[in-house]
Amino acid sequence: MQEAMSFTPQVAASPIAQWLWLIPAVPIVAAGFAALLKQPRRKLAAFLAIGSMSFSLLLSLIAFGHVLVGWAHHAAVRETVNFTWIQMGATHVDLGWVLDPLSAIMLVMVTFVGLLIFIYSVGYMAHDENFTRFFCFLSLFAGAMLGVVIANSLLLLFMCWELVGLTSYLLIGFWYQKPSAAAAAKKAFLTTRVGDVFFLLGIVWLFAQTGTLLFYNAGAGSMEHGALAALLSQHAAFGLTAAGAIGLLIFAGAAGKSGQLPLHVWLPDAMEGPTPVSALIHAATMVAAGVYLIARVYPLMQAGMPLGASGMASTPALTVVTWVGASTAVFAALIAVAQNDIKRILAYSTVSQLGYMMAGLGMGGVAVGMFHLITHAFFKALLFMGAGSVIHGCHDEQDIRKMGGLKSDMPLTFFTYTIGMLALCGFPLFFSGFWSKDGILEAAQHWSVAKAPFYMLVFGALLTAFYMTRQVAYVFFGTWRGHKPAHESPAVMTMPLAILAFFAMALGLIGTPLWPWFRSFLDDHAAPFDLHGFGEPGLLVLMGTSTVVVIGGLMLSWWIYGDREFKADQPDMLEMAAPWPWRLLQNKFYVDEFYAATFIAFYGWWARVADWLDRRVWGGAVTGVAFAVRGWAHLNRFLDMNVVDGSFDKGCDELASSGGLLARIQTGRVQTYLRILALAVIALAAILIWSSRA
Amino acid sequence: MTPLAGYLMVAAMLFAIGLAGALTRRNAILVLIGIELMLNAANLNLIAFWRYGPHPEALTGMMFAIFSIAVAAAEAAVGLGLVIHIHRHAHSTDLDAMNRMKG
Repeated sequence: MQEAMSFTPQVAASPIAQWLWLIPAVPIVAAGFAALLKQPRRKLAAFLAIGSMSFSLLLSLIAFGHVLVGWAHHAAVRETVNFTWIQMGATHVDLGWVLDPLSAIMLVMVTFVGLLIFIYSVGYMAHDENFTRFFCFLSLFAGAMLGVVIANSLLLLFMCWELVGLTSYLLIGFWYQKPSAAAAAKKAFLTTRVGDVFFLLGIVWLFAQTGTLLFYNAGAGSMEHGALAALLSQHAAFGLTAAGAIGLLIFAGAAGKSGQLPLHVWLPDAMEGPTPVSALIHAATMVAAGVYLIARVYPLMQAGMPLGASGMASTPALTVVTWVGASTAVFAALIAVAQNDIKRILAYSTVSQLGYMMAGLGMGGVAVGMFHLITHAFFKALLFMGAGSVIHGCHDEQDIRKMGGLKSDMPLTFFTYTIGMLALCGFPLFFSGFWSKDGILEAAQHWSVAKAPFYMLVFGALLTAFYMTRQVAYVFFGTWRGHKPAHESPAVMTMPLAILAFFAMALGLIGTPLWPWFRSFLDDHAAPFDLHGFGEPGLLVLMGTSTVVVIGGLMLSWWIYGDREFKADQPDMLEMAAPWPWRLLQNKFYVDEFYAATFIAFYGWWARVADWLDRRVWGGAVTGVAFAVRGWAHLNRFLDMNVVDGSFDKGCDELASSGGLLARIQTGRVQTYLRILALAVIALAAILIWSSRA
Repeated sequence: MTPLAGYLMVAAMLFAIGLAGALTRRNAILVLIGIELMLNAANLNLIAFWRYGPHPEALTGMMFAIFSIAVAAAEAAVGLGLVIHIHRHAHSTDLDAMNRMKG
C-alpha cells in the first residue's frame, strides 16, 4: 500500500467545493418538478431530467478539473465543507461533503454514464404511458447517487444510500402491473435492507466510539489517524479490533447493495425493471455504490495493517472482503453460463464483476478496485443498453434462444455490443476490461494471505469469456429463430451505444502498467510514463496467462455454440453433455429455493408462532378482560332495567294516569263549563247569604 | 216592596231566563241570545242601583250601563263572527258537536 495519507490539510474550500452540493441537488429538484408534471408533458420531463444531468456533468467536470490541476501541481486536493446538523448538548452530528480524487472521478463517471442512459431512455421509453414518472424517478435516483458520492459524513452517505435503495425499488417495480416486477422490487428492497441493518449498526458503533461520522475533518474525522488509533485500541469479540468489526459491519451494507454472495439474490430479479434502469442502476452506478463505500472507508478497512509491509499484507476486514468478492465472482459466473434470458446473463455477469471489484479492493487497494469499477460501468452500461436495443428490436423478446442472426439486422448494435463483450471478457490490449482485470489479477497474485483467490479469479475470467461468447453466438449469429423480423433501433438509442463503446476501449489507456495514471491519481503521486512498466517480474507472464485464458474461453465457447443451426426449443449443447450440473446452474444453485426453505420458512414459522401467541395468549387475555367487562355490563343492565327504570317508569305511569283522570273534566263542550260556572255562582251566593245570616 | 226590590226581581228573572237559555240551547246563536239577556239583566241592576242609590244626580250608573251596552255590542259581533266561522267550517252550529278541545 502506498502511503496515501499525505493529503495537505485544507485551509479554505475552493468555490467549486463550496458549490459541490449543487451536483446532487439539481437532479433532485428536477425530479421534484417532474413529479408535478402531468403525464402528457413528456418533452418537458425529459428536458428537465437531461438538462439537470447535463448541468451536473458540467459541474462534475469542473470539479474534476480542479482536482486534476491540484494533482498536477503536487498539491493533493481534499476539500471538505462540513456543518453541524443536529446539536444535542455537547454531542453534535455533522454533515458535509468532500471533493477529492475519489469523489471527483466517481462524479464524472456517474453523471456521464447517467446522461447517456437518460438520452437512451427517451428512445426506449418512448411508448410508455408513464414517461414523466420514469424521468422523475431517474432524476431522483441520479441525485441520490451523486449524494452518496460527495458525502463526507457516513450519516449523509447513509441517507442518500437509502434514497438510492428507494428509487431502485420504485424503478424495478416501474411496471408494477406485472406481478413479477412488483415481487422483484420487494425482494430487492428487503434483501438490501438486511445488509443495511448491519451498516446502520456499524454507523452507530462508529459514532459511539469516535463521536463523529465525518470522514475527514482536518484531523478530527473518523477516517483520520486519531480516530483510527482509538478504534484500533478497542477490542471487540473474536480477536477483532473495533475498527475491524465496524469495517465488517459496513461491508455487510456494501455487500447488500453490491450483490455480494449471500445477498446477491435480488440483483438478477431486478432485471424486471425497464432496461435503461438495469443499465443505470444495476450495472453502472447503484451496485457500484457498495464498492465505492468500501473505497471511501478504506482507511478504516486497512487500519492496523503493519506499516512498511510490501502492500500485500491484509487485515481481517479486508480478508473477508477478498474472500467474499472472489467467491461471488466465480459463483455468479458459473450461474451466468446456464441462463437464457439476455438480461439475466448480464445481471449475473454484473454480480461476478462486482465480486472482482471487491476482491480488487481487498487485495490491491482503492485504485485497483475503483479502476475496474469505472471501466465496468462503461462497458456494462454499454452491454445493457445494447441488450435493451436487441429487446426493443426483437419486439420485447428476452430469450436468447428465440433470437439469432441479428448481426445483419442490427449492425450498429452488433458492433457496439461486441466491443462491450470483448471489454467484459478482458480481451487483450485494446479493451479497458483487460487492463482493469489485469490489475486485480496482479494484486491477487501477490496477495500474501492465500493463493486461492488468484486461481478463482482466473477461472472466473475463463467463465466470463465463455458465457459472453455463448450469448453473442446465440443472439447475433446463426439464423433468426423468432417470429417477426427484427429491426435496428433509432439513433437516439444507438448514439449513446457508440459513445460508450468508444470509452469501453479508450478507458484502458489510463490504467496500463505502462502509464498507471489512474492509480497515481487516486493514491496521489506523480504518474511517470515508464517503459519499464512491463518489466516487473511476472507481469508479462501474468498478462500472457490471462490472454491465454480469455482466448481459451472464447474459442471453447465458439467451438460449442458458434454459427450453428439449431432450433429455439432445442436443449443447450452443454445440457446434452452434462444434464445434471446444467440443471444445478440453470436453477442458480438453488439459492432462492434454499432461502425459501430456510430463512423464509423460518420467518413463516415464526410468524405463525407470533400469530398463535397473538390469537391465543394476548388475544385470550384481551378476550378475558372483554368478557369480564361484558359480565359487569350485563349486571348493570339488569339493575338498570329492573330497579332504576322500574321505579322511574312507575312514577311516570302514575303521573300519566292521574293526568288522564283530570283530563276527563275538560269535555270540550262549552255548555258544560257554563253549567259548572253557574253551579259555582249559585254555591257562592248560597255561602254569602248563609254566612250573612249567621 | 220597594221599587228597587221590584227592579231587582225583574233583573233576577231576566238573568235566570238568560242562563237557562244559555245552558239548555244547543244552537250557538240561541246561546248567544241567552248571554245577551244575562248581560241586560246586569245592566238593569246597574240602572236600578244608580237610580235608587245615594247619588242619583251623578249620572255614573247611566254611563256605566251605556259603556256596558257598547262592550256587549262589540262582544256580540265577535261572538257572531266566531259562530259564522264555525258554521263555515263544520256546516253546523250545534254546540254538542263542538268538543274538539276535549282533554
